[in-house]
Amino acid sequence: MHVRVLVRNRPGVFDPAGKVVQSGLRRLGHHVEQVHLGKVIDLQIAGDDRDAVRAEIDLMCKEFLVNPVLENYSVEFLDDEGQ
Amino acid sequence: MRFGVVVFPGSNCDRDCGEVLTLLGAEVEYVWHRESDVSGLDGLVIPGGFSYGDYLRCGAVAKISPVMDAVRTFAAQGRPVIGICNGFQILLESGLLPGAMLRNTSLTFQCKTVDLRVETTRTPFTRELAVGQLIRLPIANAEGNYTIDADGLLSLEDNDQVILRYVDASGEATEQGNPNGSVGNIAGISNIRGNVVGMMPHPERASEAILGNTDGRAFFEAALNLAS
Repeated sequence: MHVRVLVRNRPGVFDPAGKVVQSGLRRLGHHVEQVHLGKVIDLQIAGDDRDAVRAEIDLMCKEFLVNPVLENYSVEFLDDEGQ
Repeated sequence: MRFGVVVFPGSNCDRDCGEVLTLLGAEVEYVWHRESDVSGLDGLVIPGGFSYGDYLRCGAVAKISPVMDAVRTFAAQGRPVIGICNGFQILLESGLLPGAMLRNTSLTFQCKTVDLRVETTRTPFTRELAVGQLIRLPIANAEGNYTIDADGLLSLEDNDQVILRYVDASGEATEQGNPNGSVGNIAGISNIRGNVVGMMPHPERASEAILGNTDGRAFFEAALNLAS
């Protein structure tokens, strides 16, 4: 199973990378109101029980992948997209 | 007195800390990140640097290393642990201290000597300083912008857990005196019990007269005196 974890700063958390990119886009004449940068973590996981995989990913995020003080995450199952 | 200095791949202040502890008469043991027993030590230093290349987040990979399980046990026994700079970030990631670090509001690496005010003498490392005492120590970080939610901040203040604040030359915790945007000008905190301390400034870089500043020595001396 190909799963993508998207990690982003929680709303209101200082996001300097987003700010810098926004000012870059503005310099190029693009009027973007907000930019936020995050992380993409792609995981290849054996198994086809989506609920079980989802539960395990939640545990991975809690234990290691995400800092809950600063970050939120969402999970996408990429195998669905090509179907 | 036997003090341990934990060494991760990417630690770069471990020898500096060891050197100062040795000068002050301690027996120093460098503890590799794969070790899982620190029970024979009187105190522990988690030094600065870029453990595991700061991959994922500063301190995130270090928190799942075998030695950190041993550090958790050691800390739970009430024994003294100090995390400096990246060591502070590791203690935050590990949950041994509350809060987290953000990138500096300046967006730049801050490398300079800053003014600090001692806020509590309740910890093993600040017990020989005085509340309100002004000291100067070097900082060197890109992610030293301490943050915690409003309730957490209130809890830190109520429980006397703020150990150091960034201040201006007059000793006031102003925006001007804050090098990285830390909430409440916080430069260092402890856990509720007081035995686990984290601070962004580097006392080990200011503990020998030849380096031009000895304000940092008191942090190590105090813990060693307690242990002996």
